[in-house]
Amino acid sequence: MQTIRFLLQKEFLQVFRNKAMLPIIFLMPIVQLVLLSFAATYELREVNFHLVDFDQSATSQRLVNKLEVSGYFNLQSRSFDIDQGIEEMRKNEIRMVLVIPEDFDRNLSSAQPSTVQMNIDAVDGATAGLIQAYGQSIIQDFSSEITTEVSTNEFAQRAGIEIIPASWYNPNLDYIQYMVPGILVVLVSMIGMFLSGMNIVREREIGTIEQLNVTPIKRYQFITGKLLPFWVIGLFELGLGLAIAHFGFGIPFVGSVWLLFAIGGIYLLVVEGIGLFISTITHTQQQAMFIAWFIMVVFILMGGLFTPIESMPGWAQELAVINPVAHFIKIMRMVLLKGAGWADIQHLVGMLTLMAAVILPAAIFRYRKATS
Amino acid sequence: MNDPMIKAEELTRKFGDFTAVDHISFEVGAGEIFGFLGANGAGKTTAMRMLTGLLVPTEGEATVAGYDVYKQPEQIKKRIGYMSQKFSLYEDLTVRENIRLYGGIYDLGDQQIKQKSDELVNMLGMNELQNKMIGSLPLGWKQKLAFSVALLHEPDIVFLDEPTGGVDPITRRQFWEQIYKVAEEGTTVFVTTHYMDEAEYCDRVSIMVDGNIDALDTPAGLKEEFEADDIEEVFIRLARGAERGE
Repeated sequence: MQTIRFLLQKEFLQVFRNKAMLPIIFLMPIVQLVLLSFAATYELREVNFHLVDFDQSATSQRLVNKLEVSGYFNLQSRSFDIDQGIEEMRKNEIRMVLVIPEDFDRNLSSAQPSTVQMNIDAVDGATAGLIQAYGQSIIQDFSSEITTEVSTNEFAQRAGIEIIPASWYNPNLDYIQYMVPGILVVLVSMIGMFLSGMNIVREREIGTIEQLNVTPIKRYQFITGKLLPFWVIGLFELGLGLAIAHFGFGIPFVGSVWLLFAIGGIYLLVVEGIGLFISTITHTQQQAMFIAWFIMVVFILMGGLFTPIESMPGWAQELAVINPVAHFIKIMRMVLLKGAGWADIQHLVGMLTLMAAVILPAAIFRYRKATS
Repeated sequence: MNDPMIKAEELTRKFGDFTAVDHISFEVGAGEIFGFLGANGAGKTTAMRMLTGLLVPTEGEATVAGYDVYKQPEQIKKRIGYMSQKFSLYEDLTVRENIRLYGGIYDLGDQQIKQKSDELVNMLGMNELQNKMIGSLPLGWKQKLAFSVALLHEPDIVFLDEPTGGVDPITRRQFWEQIYKVAEEGTTVFVTTHYMDEAEYCDRVSIMVDGNIDALDTPAGLKEEFEADDIEEVFIRLARGAERGE
């Protein structure tokens, strides 16, 4: 234990003396949470559109007004040529061309079906879907208003089913509430995987590890000395991140924060194990960084941070089982937003524990003081 | 001579097809200053790394301080000090912090560490530098410190891999005074060098060529055997036959 104490003292001294890294450790959670949460939003704002109104009637004008006052659409330009609208779309000046046919008003006033066309820029599929959904909803609303006005008898008003949606756990469909728990996971992963693994490769690169390797230092002492400081820093980051999420973004703590810390402790062992393993198969920081990034990007893309795992193909869903990032993101969201308790997440925690139990011994086994 | 401190028999290390150290055998007695010479690439560092437990031999036998290099590397490590060619203390720690770290690793108590640190700092005349980051010290100071740290736990043998590389003549002289001092105190010194004048200071000298030990004797004995005026001449005569280039 004596030796470990000296090793820990050394690591902390070095971390706190590293003028390039230290500010990043403190700034990272703030910058990541603030930037990613605001930038990675799926909310729709002010979609510029081009209008091709062949009808030129009071009714068509009313529809355009309705779109504009909704706050989601902004009439950018108008013409009588669809191709001109498409050309503007190609230049990224507008995202939608709305085409109103010439018999629009006549058909509507005689209770005949009518059509409008929404040409949407679908380069960004997700936004295109939103434009369509918002546009459709406004136009349908308009359609029922008109129907009520023109029909003289009540039976003409078609009976229908009205759906009343209620959004649970995130009543305002706030995207930030969905993103922040996931971003916290990425943050903790970066500390665990990059700092601990990179630290060992750095010592190999500058040669200081050789001086340690000729001492009677034990493998477990060395590994503990390397993992524990970043485990502590990782949990500190988690705490800092959770505080910012709660007080800065109003993310609720429906479930137990202490439970999250306990699981965070296990999760950090998994990512540190991966980092340590990478360090045993690489010789330079560049190699280690490259491999760690590769693994991290795959984990994040397939971990359900941006897109739900449930909508991935079958093989990808099966791969998610061995993706620690996926499990911890799920746990974070369930505990923070839904108030999940131990019983609800124990299978996920079990998976993380299993991963730690595999990767850590594998990495320790691979770490050798002597070259064979 | 009692039991030799280092005993190597047919010690060999291959890297793929390349045989870096080719069946070398030698003994080093307790308290001896043993000079391990050889051109660049002759296999000196590889041999030294096998003896210090940093590299597993491919073939052959070796014991250091009576312990087997295959079976008891950790026992060996308790009894040896090592100073590598490349400076390998922590540049972002101070003089005192480095001493404390290695004192802790070698299981010295807090009290002992403090006492040793004071002693060392005094002996090296580093009183004013003791709380400076090592990275800011000149190379000569760094090397002297690395040597002292290698001796911190009072090892039986100290391995020095080109300790005076890139160091000025005065510091080099001081360095050898230190080496003599620890040898007098009973520590065995195993040292590689490229400075032939330094080879003259050794009790015995071996010269490696292409992975083999081609000559091993006292400096006087070698000069006599090769009918040379100094060790440099002996070295050049042997090394010229080498097939491995720089």
